[in-house]
Amino acid sequence: MGIASSDVLLRVNTMKTRLVGRTLALAITGSLIFAACGSDDSGGSSGLAGNIRIDGSSTVTPLMALAAEDFQAENSGVKVTVGTSGTGGGFEKFCNGETDVSMASRAIKDSEKEACAAKGIETLEFVVANDGLSVVVHPDNDWAKCLTVAHLNKMWAPGSTLSNWNQVDPSFPDQKLTLFGAGSDSGTFDYFTDAINGEEGATRTDYNPSEDDNITVSGVNGDKGALGYFGLSYLLENSTKVKGVEVDGGDGCVAPSTETVQSGAYKPLSRPLFIYTKAEAAARDEVKAFFEYYFENQDALTSEALFVPLTAEQLETATEELDAIESA
Amino acid sequence: MTPSNDAPASFDAALSDLRPSASLKRRRNVERVIKAVLGAMATLSVGVTIAIAFALVRPAVEFFGEVSPKEFLTGTTWAPLFKPAQFGVLPLVTGTFLVMAIAVVVAVPCGLAAAFFLSEYASPRLRAVLKPVLEILAGIPTVVFGFFALYFVNPEITQRFWPFGDVGTFSALSAGLVVGIMILPMMVSLAEDAMSAVPDSLREGALALAATKREMCTKVIFPAALSGIVAATVLAFSRAIGETTIVLLAAGSNPQLTGNPGQGVQTMASFIGFAGIGDQPTGSTGYKTIFAVGALLFVLTFVLNIVSARIVRRFRQEYE
Amino acid sequence: MSATTSTDAVSHTPGEALATARTSGRRRLFDTAFRSLLIASVGLALLTLFALLIDTFLTGQPRLNTDLVNNMPSSRPARAGIQSAIFGSLWCVGLSGLVSLPIGVGTAIYLEEYAPRGKWYVRLIELNIQNLAGVPSIVFGILGLAFIARSPLKWGFTVGSGAMVLTILVLPIVIISSREALRAVPPSLRDGSLALGATQWQTIWHQMLPSAVPGIATGSILAVSRALGESAPLLLLGALTFVTFNPTGLDSGYTVLPLLIFKYASDAKAEFHTVAAAAIIVLLVMLLILNTTAIIVRNRFQRRAR
Repeated sequence: MGIASSDVLLRVNTMKTRLVGRTLALAITGSLIFAACGSDDSGGSSGLAGNIRIDGSSTVTPLMALAAEDFQAENSGVKVTVGTSGTGGGFEKFCNGETDVSMASRAIKDSEKEACAAKGIETLEFVVANDGLSVVVHPDNDWAKCLTVAHLNKMWAPGSTLSNWNQVDPSFPDQKLTLFGAGSDSGTFDYFTDAINGEEGATRTDYNPSEDDNITVSGVNGDKGALGYFGLSYLLENSTKVKGVEVDGGDGCVAPSTETVQSGAYKPLSRPLFIYTKAEAAARDEVKAFFEYYFENQDALTSEALFVPLTAEQLETATEELDAIESA
Repeated sequence: MTPSNDAPASFDAALSDLRPSASLKRRRNVERVIKAVLGAMATLSVGVTIAIAFALVRPAVEFFGEVSPKEFLTGTTWAPLFKPAQFGVLPLVTGTFLVMAIAVVVAVPCGLAAAFFLSEYASPRLRAVLKPVLEILAGIPTVVFGFFALYFVNPEITQRFWPFGDVGTFSALSAGLVVGIMILPMMVSLAEDAMSAVPDSLREGALALAATKREMCTKVIFPAALSGIVAATVLAFSRAIGETTIVLLAAGSNPQLTGNPGQGVQTMASFIGFAGIGDQPTGSTGYKTIFAVGALLFVLTFVLNIVSARIVRRFRQEYE
Repeated sequence: MSATTSTDAVSHTPGEALATARTSGRRRLFDTAFRSLLIASVGLALLTLFALLIDTFLTGQPRLNTDLVNNMPSSRPARAGIQSAIFGSLWCVGLSGLVSLPIGVGTAIYLEEYAPRGKWYVRLIELNIQNLAGVPSIVFGILGLAFIARSPLKWGFTVGSGAMVLTILVLPIVIISSREALRAVPPSLRDGSLALGATQWQTIWHQMLPSAVPGIATGSILAVSRALGESAPLLLLGALTFVTFNPTGLDSGYTVLPLLIFKYASDAKAEFHTVAAAAIIVLLVMLLILNTTAIIVRNRFQRRAR
């Protein structure tokens, strides 16, 4: 025991700290460098750079996600994020300046337009695709081949307590009715409630809501007496898991398809899908390029994403509007 | 007397050399600064709690200005994001307790039994193998458990073997079972700690009086370790109440006032997660529900944690 | 000598009592039943663990290849990968580890070495830390949403805000384990150093911390692995977005592995479930590496200390 050994102890302990400190620092720096250098090599580079933040409707998300992915493959300098906060949530973020593009499965409401205007944001509207809001049932459901708007209204009206198919129509069997659908922040929800119940937002509340239509698919698939609704693309994607129902809007039973949606025969559940942006964002090179990319390739993109493509007129309107935006 | 650096000529002069030199003063200041910095870091944690409380309280108070507490606490329909919005939180509360009850029914007996085994029956070698395995279970992320619940437990086990009615795609039962498995390691390790704190003299005394090992466990160790075991149970409750991801994935998002475990439910925590994904407009009543329910959840777990800490403290006194 | 006058048939000498005990079949039955119950419980836990691991492996195994790690998330399941999530996780977790370590250790040092025991504010801090360790993780998400993503800080839904929330989440764990580590340092080390004229800080920095390093390192690695597996708080912080690039800075959009798993698992297409399971395997492997490192660090430094 003496000054010498405590000196050694001091040195050993200091060495230990230094060793651990150095190892940790090396590990952390190494991983950060590694991360920063991370693979930026995917696809080509076109010189465009920037961030595009997209958010909004879960109905439109598959389409925009596909477009974003393919766009980034050709323009690796641009970073695009696609969030799914629902149509309403998307607008809120857009008006707050948190996003550049807002996806919506219904037109923007006046109140939302005003809220944006109050913050100095003027919205630009683009129709990106058409959609037939589809009503689906379990694949083993063989009685609900065609439902009228009155049937649907009976099931979904606010205060409705229908819990069995035979209450909807006496010809239907005795089967428990379980409902799945969009959550209240969804444009799909707004559109469906407006078309079926006559008022946006009016609905019975004891069903399984979800902002994520995938969950509705799983839900309907798991229950023989289930009924749900979502955009056409989800029906086509999951045609083995759920069965589409023909809707009688007054002129006979119509099944949702490209033709019936584009011609408007599938009523009242045909609708256009929108994206909204603001002039400042659209003027940016990378955003304009993204929009141009979309409209140039909208045929391929909408087919792959199983949406109903734009009619020739709609495409023309969109391209004109886009050209009218002057780059900054 | 002024300090001097010359060789001390007298006792007084020597004494003056003991006064702090400039470098020592500097050293002391450094020490004071360090102490202040560390103290500030320590108060940071208190700051976090205050921030949580503040983050929850203000919007919650605003919420209760718009929705009466009576409606909130006694209403039986939870539809805050619809029009007309209804704010009865009872379905969330019953959903939470349903999932928690199932989880506790799984975790507490199983955990106690496993703890008894590890503490009293297992050989040291077996313990050395089993404990790390339980640690693995403890380290598995909740999203993995959620995936397991939705795509394995629900179709292969719950839907097949539940004898009391149909089980849907989403069920409180599957979610509760897996939440129970998730909290099992915690229950085992806390119960085992409680058991190992029981003095050996009690064990040996029981065995000497011709008790079998089982009787020693049930009649001596269990009562002796009871407060620690109860504290562990309370903590298990609290963990089960707060679980979000497993419930979101496996129990669905339909807030129903039901006691049927075969149905999907929504708990307080899973509602917050659900609403957070959907992202409510800031300042809307829907946004504030996140905070109101969050406040309720925080208060519940806070109370449970305090209760368990009290029990543990009382338990510690008995053997010291 | 029989001392009781009870009328039951219990024997009164120790030898007879023992003989009765040994031969009672009913007690034996209960003993065996009890023991079987215990073993069954342990077996159940093990079985569940194996079922989980095996099921996940079998489900995810078709997609377990380099494509998974090299590719970015995609709408097309055949191409979907997890690269952006891996880097997002590394960024978030790395940052939170970097920030929580000094603050956590600093707090632990203060509480162990500097704080006057028994004072009310010290008790308050300790109670507070215990409480924070038990708060459901989603509440930290609410905190992050209210204060970090919005109002005062306004960092939005970026890597920075995600990392900050994770930091706050793991801080109590780092503090508690660092305190344990500091407590385990033999007092003779501290006393000796002080006796030799070192100041308190010098003692801590040169003597106590180095000795406590294994415990602190283990604790922080465990905290970091907890942060890696967290999903609930980041749900509220916008990490559930479709992100096909690695984070570019603190203000970049991001996603983390647990949430990408959540997203793929919730997708209706079964092919995405396969990807989710494969991603789970990757996540578990990352956690395994972290925990093994913790064990190695602990063992290595404990050996040296002898």
